[in-house]
Amino acid sequence: MDINKYIHKYASPKTFYPLAGRLIPWFAGVTAVLLAVGLYQGLFVAPPDYQQGDSVRIMFIHVPAAWMSMFIYVVMAVAGAMGLVWNVKIAEVLARSCAPIGASFTVLALATGSLWGKPMWGTWWAWDARITSELILLFLYIGFMALQASIDDPKRAARAAAILALVGVVNIPIIHFSVEWWNTLHQPASVTKMGKPSIHISLLIPLLLMMLAFNVYFITVLLMRMRNEILERERHTSWVAETVEPPRPAPSRRAAAKG
Amino acid sequence: MSGSEFFAMGPYGFYVWTSYGLAAVILIVNVLLPLRRRKTVQRQLEEFYRVQKESR
Repeated sequence: MDINKYIHKYASPKTFYPLAGRLIPWFAGVTAVLLAVGLYQGLFVAPPDYQQGDSVRIMFIHVPAAWMSMFIYVVMAVAGAMGLVWNVKIAEVLARSCAPIGASFTVLALATGSLWGKPMWGTWWAWDARITSELILLFLYIGFMALQASIDDPKRAARAAAILALVGVVNIPIIHFSVEWWNTLHQPASVTKMGKPSIHISLLIPLLLMMLAFNVYFITVLLMRMRNEILERERHTSWVAETVEPPRPAPSRRAAAKG
Repeated sequence: MSGSEFFAMGPYGFYVWTSYGLAAVILIVNVLLPLRRRKTVQRQLEEFYRVQKESR
C-alpha cells in the first residue's frame, strides 16, 4: 500500500480533530494521577540527600523539565521533517504546536537549574557547556516561533520553520553529552548512564513518576493546541464550518410563542 | 516531621518552593492558553463565516 495514501487517510485533520477531543480527558486524568503520586513521593516519601539535603527535591522538577525540553524539540523536528518530505498537514500542525510547550519547559529547566545551582554551587548562573547549550535550545524554540509567525502562508511558514528545527537538532546531542565532552560545572548524568543508574531507588521512583507525568501532560496540552490549530487552518472546509456553527433546528412556533 | 519542618525544607525552603511554584505556574498556563485560544478561534471563525455568508 502506498504509504502516502495511508498517512493522508488516517492523519487527516478531519479524522484527527474529534479523536484528539475524545483522548484529551483521558490524558488529563492520567496526568493528574501521575502528578499527585509523583509529588507525594517526591515531597513526602523521598528522604533528603545525605549531601544536598532537601534541595535534592528540585531534581524532581528540574530533570523532567530538562528532559521534556529536549524530547519535545526532537518531536518537533521529526514532525517538521515529515511535513517537508510527505507534505502531511497534521505533522505541520504538530510541529507548530510543540514549540511553545517546549520553550516553556526549557525556561523551567533553566530556572530550576538556577534555583538549584545557587545553594549547591554558590552561583545562579555559569557559562558552562550544559547550561549554555540549554540556553541555545531556548533561542532555537523562540527562533522557530518567530519565523513561523513572520510568514503568513501556513505551508511556507511550516516549511521554513521545519528547516530551522532540523538544523537545530545538532544542539540536542551537544546538550546531552556536554557533561562528558567538557569539564563542566554541571554534574554528569546519573539516570541515563549505561548499566546501573547511580541514583538511589528512593530518589529514582519519584523522578521517573514526574518524568512520566510531564510526558503525559505534554500529550494533553499538545492535543489541545493542535485542535485549535486545525480549526484555523481548515476553516475553508465544510466540516470546520459545521463544528464551529452546528446547524440549529429552526425554532418551532410554539417555542417562539412561549418565549 | 512537623508541618513547619516540611515547609522549611532544611535551609532550602526558598529554592525548593520557588522551583515547585514555577513548575505549577508553567503547567497551569500551558492549559489556560489553549483554552483561551479556543474561545478566540471560535469567535473569529463565527465572524469569518458570517462575513462569508453576507458576501454571498
